[in-house]
Amino acid sequence: MASEHIVSAFDQELNELKNKVSEMGGLAESQLVNALEAMQRRDTDLASRTIESDARVDEMEHEIDAFVVQLLALRQPVASDLREIIVALKISSDLERIADYATNVAKRTMTLAQSPQVRPAHAIPRMGRLAISMIFDVLDSYSDRDTQKAIAVWRRDEELDEMYISLFRELLTYMMEDARSISSCTHLLFIAKNIERVGDHATNIAESIYYLVEGRPLLQSRPKGGDEEYDRVDAPPDR
Amino acid sequence: MENTTASPAMPAEETGAAPDFRVKMKTRNVNVHYAEKHALRDVSLDIGEREVTALIGPSGCGKSTFLRCLNRMNDTIDICRVTGVLELDGQDIYDAGVDVVQLRASIGMVFQKPNPFPKSIFDNVAYGPRVHGLFSNKSDLEEVVVQSLRKAGLFDEVKDRLGDPGTSLSGGQQQRLCIARAIAVGPEVILMDEPCSSLDPIATARIEELIDELRQNFTIVIVTHSMQQAARVSQKTAFFHLGDLIEQGETPQIFTNPRHEKTQGYITGRFG
Repeated sequence: MASEHIVSAFDQELNELKNKVSEMGGLAESQLVNALEAMQRRDTDLASRTIESDARVDEMEHEIDAFVVQLLALRQPVASDLREIIVALKISSDLERIADYATNVAKRTMTLAQSPQVRPAHAIPRMGRLAISMIFDVLDSYSDRDTQKAIAVWRRDEELDEMYISLFRELLTYMMEDARSISSCTHLLFIAKNIERVGDHATNIAESIYYLVEGRPLLQSRPKGGDEEYDRVDAPPDR
Repeated sequence: MENTTASPAMPAEETGAAPDFRVKMKTRNVNVHYAEKHALRDVSLDIGEREVTALIGPSGCGKSTFLRCLNRMNDTIDICRVTGVLELDGQDIYDAGVDVVQLRASIGMVFQKPNPFPKSIFDNVAYGPRVHGLFSNKSDLEEVVVQSLRKAGLFDEVKDRLGDPGTSLSGGQQQRLCIARAIAVGPEVILMDEPCSSLDPIATARIEELIDELRQNFTIVIVTHSMQQAARVSQKTAFFHLGDLIEQGETPQIFTNPRHEKTQGYITGRFG
């Protein structure tokens, strides 16, 4: 809504809330960028700095929580104002989870860096780039209230799911062929799963943005990348 | 009509769908003029039976004017002219044959400032039944008074001093006395014109609680300047602006996702 409140302090507070969410989004995004960079370069230094700075994201989530509670209590918002505030609360919780996944990636990187590199590691950065682009675009759509862009992000999650499934199969194959790779491949599998989950939270944020702007939930069913993860995978036949 | 999109200000029947509630009062194309001033324009609103309908909008929007049309209170204003359809249970309340005194017993009113008569608490409540001859003996009348005070949530506070003047009560109690007085004549609809505007938050909460209880038995229409009050007490909300009914709907919908930009602007405090 373009026009301003009669009580201008309320406008300032809503702006401040929006800025806090955007700032937290930027922080969560850079956590993921750094974690993936650390993984790719096997840079334990960067990984450990990423793990440490997760605390700042948690802190921002608490700040936003407290601010939301204060706004609800003091302003008794309704309609678009209420949605603005509720959505800020939901997005900040998604961002906190995204940053947690980044931290997990960084932690596994610390362990992975101790062992020789395994080949499927190369597919991870591709997944990572897609997840990062989803977060970047969804935060953009939050700033611009752009539901088209939000829906585009929401649809892109399918691709991420498919990449994860294909990586999952690839990693299984490696593990079956070379038992020595099991430890590293398991870490990679968890990293891939973390990135896949980041995509899910990006779609949650996209849904929140749609609700914020339209006042109703995004009800279409989202294209999913399949359930092959739950399939039974047998050892390849003896050659 | 080419436009198939429902206007938010249209009652359900005109949008093609049957209303999903029983209509107690139906109004169509109600126009009110005060001399040259066109105070209300083509208002069509259904008042659901045994639920609370809140009328909201900035000062001068016509909400009180509309409320006063519902029991012909505007008849008392010489320069006021009301046209359109206004029905109670399908009966035209502006029909020449309607006994206005009887109508106002069926559609009672509670005003902004509590206005007890300068009589005892008992006589305040007994006033209507006496005027309308609604009892056959003294114990009948006592029963009506006690029941009305009970329904208004006041009996326990005043049972030992029914002979005290009504004006000796606190503001909130006086307002509940006025509600008891309205109830005593057995109305079906109770109109309330900002009934809490002169009350403190505790007295207000008691009236709101009472309104919620009363809707088990009565149809209630309330005009309020407090949006939070409308949100708390009503099931339906109608938003008026400059003499037009802009939007009507379920209260949760109006306060979470109003369809009309003017409603949104008003309830979020963007224009007054």
